[in-house]
Amino acid sequence: MNNKMQNLRDEIILRSGVNPSKCMACGKCSATCPAYNEMEYHPHQFVSMVKSGDIEPLLASDSLYKCLTCFACVDRCPRGVEPAKLVEAVRLAAIRQQGANHLKPDMVPDMLDDDMPQQAIVSAFRKYTK
Amino acid sequence: MKASYFPGCTLKNKATHLDIYARKCADVLGVTLEEIEEWQCCGGVFTTSKDEVATKLSSVRALKEAKAKNQPLITVCSACHNVIKQTNHAMEDTQFADKVNRYMGEDAYDGSATVYHYLEMLRDLVGFDKIKEKVVNPLTGKKIGAYYGCLLLRPNKVMQMDDPENPQIMEDFIRAIGAEPVVYAYRNECCGGYIAMEDPQSAKKKSNRVTECAQIAGAEMIVTACPLCKYNLVKNGSELPVIYFTELLAEALGVKEVSNE
Repeated sequence: MNNKMQNLRDEIILRSGVNPSKCMACGKCSATCPAYNEMEYHPHQFVSMVKSGDIEPLLASDSLYKCLTCFACVDRCPRGVEPAKLVEAVRLAAIRQQGANHLKPDMVPDMLDDDMPQQAIVSAFRKYTK
Repeated sequence: MKASYFPGCTLKNKATHLDIYARKCADVLGVTLEEIEEWQCCGGVFTTSKDEVATKLSSVRALKEAKAKNQPLITVCSACHNVIKQTNHAMEDTQFADKVNRYMGEDAYDGSATVYHYLEMLRDLVGFDKIKEKVVNPLTGKKIGAYYGCLLLRPNKVMQMDDPENPQIMEDFIRAIGAEPVVYAYRNECCGGYIAMEDPQSAKKKSNRVTECAQIAGAEMIVTACPLCKYNLVKNGSELPVIYFTELLAEALGVKEVSNE
């Protein structure tokens, strides 16, 4: 792990409050994740890859935007690792970079229909955009 | 009893029925809901990151106002409830609270307000027994599947609403209005939420699993507290009607015309 990755790893761990070393690799987080099939990297891989400092592939992956923040992995982890908080911290590391917003305002009109609740739009902005 | 009330953005627009009937029923049940003045949107989802401060300020301002009036803060929308309750919990961390309070001027807030979802208000402040007494149109024989979704129950450590894997509060509510609860798998799984914006197919898969499970278990309708759950279930072709719990309560209490659904 080079210095830059070491710093990023420390930052992600601090920001999320997650200790990936608590993970016992049971896979329950991924087994219960409703977005599992849409993800390239699954919740358990976020935990193991942050632990080992292999963060660059995560930063570049669309998996960051597939998490639904449903907290299933948080509640069902037998070790209290809280993987969703780690996914969020990596996502923030990605979208806080200049010009890296995943959702831009001019993309929104095409995503709407007459019934779409405001809740969907504000939630998506909060998750995808800085 | 008086309580502060945070309606939220969607209840003022696409989910007006969730709001209107919440207010009407509160009147019948002897709870005066005082809308928070100049409330701001909660943001829809809670940001778990410890260095996200500004995204939590709207919730903190609402909490502070309720606390100043020494009232509980009532929310109806599942999302508002989740965000505000998690924010309130985050404020118990003094280091985080210190960062937030730098934005609050003279109005520092310490995390000591009490937040109730409207369902919790019905259970803990009003009492399901009292509701039973007030019911004039019991929904006798209606088989209703409660859809909790994710936001009401999780993370349980913070939400503390009910057993997150075997919740009862909505089933008890359904019994209180005279109907029959139908328990089914996936009632506490995610509908897809905001993924409906950029990946509607993903939301469809998740929503259909919920409605199919409810249907197989024999439900005639699904009841929810969340505008986005309702949108996803209905948009993706639910064969069962999806109704806000406040609408059913209003029917039972006689402050809404009985629907034929």
